[in-house]
Parts: sequence; C-alpha cells; structure tokens
Amino acid sequence: MSDPAHESETEQKARRGRNIALALGLILFVILIFVVTIVRLGGNVATNVL
Amino acid sequence: MAMSPALSTAAKSAPARWQDFVQLLKPRVMSLVVFTGLTGLVCAGHAVNPILGAVAILCIAVGAGASASLNMWYDADIDARMRRTRGRPVPAGRVQGADALALGIVLSIFSVMLMGMALNWLAAGLLAFTIFFYAVVYTIWLKRSTAQNIVIGGLAGALPPVIGWAAASGTAPLNAWLLCSIIFMWTPPHFWALSLYTSEDYEKAGVPMMPVIAGAASTRRQILIYSLLFTPLCLAPAFTGLGGPIYLAVAGLGGLVFVLLAARLARSRAGEAGGQRNDDGLYDVRAGAKDARNLFAFSILYLTLLFATLLGEHLMGVAPLNLLSELLR
Repeated sequence: MSDPAHESETEQKARRGRNIALALGLILFVILIFVVTIVRLGGNVATNVL
Repeated sequence: MAMSPALSTAAKSAPARWQDFVQLLKPRVMSLVVFTGLTGLVCAGHAVNPILGAVAILCIAVGAGASASLNMWYDADIDARMRRTRGRPVPAGRVQGADALALGIVLSIFSVMLMGMALNWLAAGLLAFTIFFYAVVYTIWLKRSTAQNIVIGGLAGALPPVIGWAAASGTAPLNAWLLCSIIFMWTPPHFWALSLYTSEDYEKAGVPMMPVIAGAASTRRQILIYSLLFTPLCLAPAFTGLGGPIYLAVAGLGGLVFVLLAARLARSRAGEAGGQRNDDGLYDVRAGAKDARNLFAFSILYLTLLFATLLGEHLMGVAPLNLLSELLR
C-alpha cells in the first residue's frame, strides 16, 4: 500500500474516488437496514391485535 | 496458489479506481442472475412487499458479485494467461488479490445475512450454498481438475430462480427446481460453443475445458446431445402449471432453432486446428467456428426469451397451462 503523504495526483484521485464510493456504500447500507427494519416491524405490528 | 510474475510487478503500477472493484463483481453476469432470480420471485405467485422483493433481488445480485470477486481472486493466474480475461483488475495489477478476496468475503456475509433477516433463512441458505458452490466447488476444485467443470459447476448459475422463489414463498417446490434444471441443462451447450472458439486460450492457461481434453469433434457431439435433452425440458413448464400458451410457443419454436443450430455445429469443423484467427475480440472467430458462434449467441437469446416470457405471463396474469394433468385426466 502506498504512503498517502507521497502519492501522485493520479493516486490521490483514485483514493478519493474509492473513499467516496465506500462512503456512499455505507450510507446506502444504513438506509437499507433502516427501511427493512421498518417494513418488517410494520408487518409484524399490523398482524398483532391490540 | 502460484501467482504469475506479471501480477506482482503490475500491482505497483496503476492505482485501483472504484470502477475496478465494480468490475470484480462481473456486472454483466450479475444482470443475468438478477433477471432469472426475479423470474423465480414473480413466478412463486406469493404477494411480497415490493421493498422486500427488491432487497431479495439485491441480495442475489450482491451474492453473485461476491462469488465473482472470489473467483477473480483465485483464478488470477489463469486469467493472466487468457486473452479474454487478462485485462481483469487482479491480473492487470490494478487490484491486489487480497483485496478481491476481502471484498468477496464481506459481500458474501452481507448478502446472506440480509437475505435471512429481511426475507427468510431458506433463501439465505440457498444463497450461501450457491456462493460456496461457485467459489469453492467450481472455482477452486472442478475448474482445474475435470472437463466436466462447467457441467457440474453450472448448478451455481442455475440456482438464482430457486433462491428468488424461496425468498417470495419460503418454499422451493418442483416448479422452482424446473427453472433451475433448465439453466443447468443450458449451460453445457452454451459454454462449450464458446470454448470451441476460445480453446487455445484455455489450453494455454491449463484449464481442462472439453475441447482441450476430448477434442473439438467430441465436444460438438456432446453439444448436440445436451441440446436434444435441453430443448424438450424447456417445454416442461407448460405441463406443470408454470408456463402458459405464449411460453409453450416460444419454447417450442426456439427449441427447434436451438437443435437446428446444434446439428449444424455438429456437422461443422468448428474448433478444429487451422483457419485464420481474428484477434479483434471475443466474438471474432475463425471462419470455421461461425456455427459455434451462432449457437453461443442464440443460446443467450433463447434463455432470455424463455425467462422473459414466463415473467411477462405472470405479470400479465396469463393463465398457465397444466398439460400434465390434462393428459392424466
């Protein structure tokens, strides 16, 4: 792995792209888990007689 | 595993871009898997929450991507020696093998766990089995050891409709396995037609594909035998309450063309030594291998049409035929 302090412009650009992609992936993952939880929870709550 | 010297030196040259990691997931293969998985999910006929249905398809896609990444990690040495695959991220040195392995493992766990929690554990178990079968049984074991590699290994590519069906209904009935068996029987004629005009590559890489081991004539004969078994099987959904009249027509007419192309291929000299090679790309082949290319291209179209028709019939509410019970009545 290259040292971030001594990276060329191309390497820095590639690293930035990877970091942004990873951040977006993590955000989507959190949203996905939240939505699935709400849908599953909603379905189960709806079947319970209050 | 022995890495080729090219892999270790090239690894220092180009930095990995995010697109290289996407390429590790083989997006084109993923799209076919998504399509067959979706067909299984819809054909199950159970009302699924659309969000959970989308999550199921996402899990199937990510699971397929994880398998592909594990495959690219393990097969980097083979890929580096083949014209068709040497530009892949690991053999080209843009992504390190360890990174491809890590990505494959992480996405495998993610897809299986999410499928289990969001849908059900039968679908998750089938997905885990599919990833294991592709990465370990096919890639690590069969691919380098037997000419039957893609016959047995084809099961991994055939399972997505069963996973989709299980995700929707929590069960895997006979009709789901019928979809699986259609893809399973389709795989040998499809891949052997391709390998007839890329056998030099496989030979160079030491992969025991059928044309390399048994020769071109035997491969062409086996393609015809598999085609004769495969095409009647494609009619079966119209007998078991899965496919309707449109499906029966598409499967019947397409099946005839498929057998015709396989018969022409059997009579041709495709895969034989000699002839002018065109190195422009994967589909530019020796003149004698034109019949192999035709069957390869039509096999993709035929499978796509079969599943698209099933999907369309179920979405439009076309009543399926159940010719088997009609015959038994």
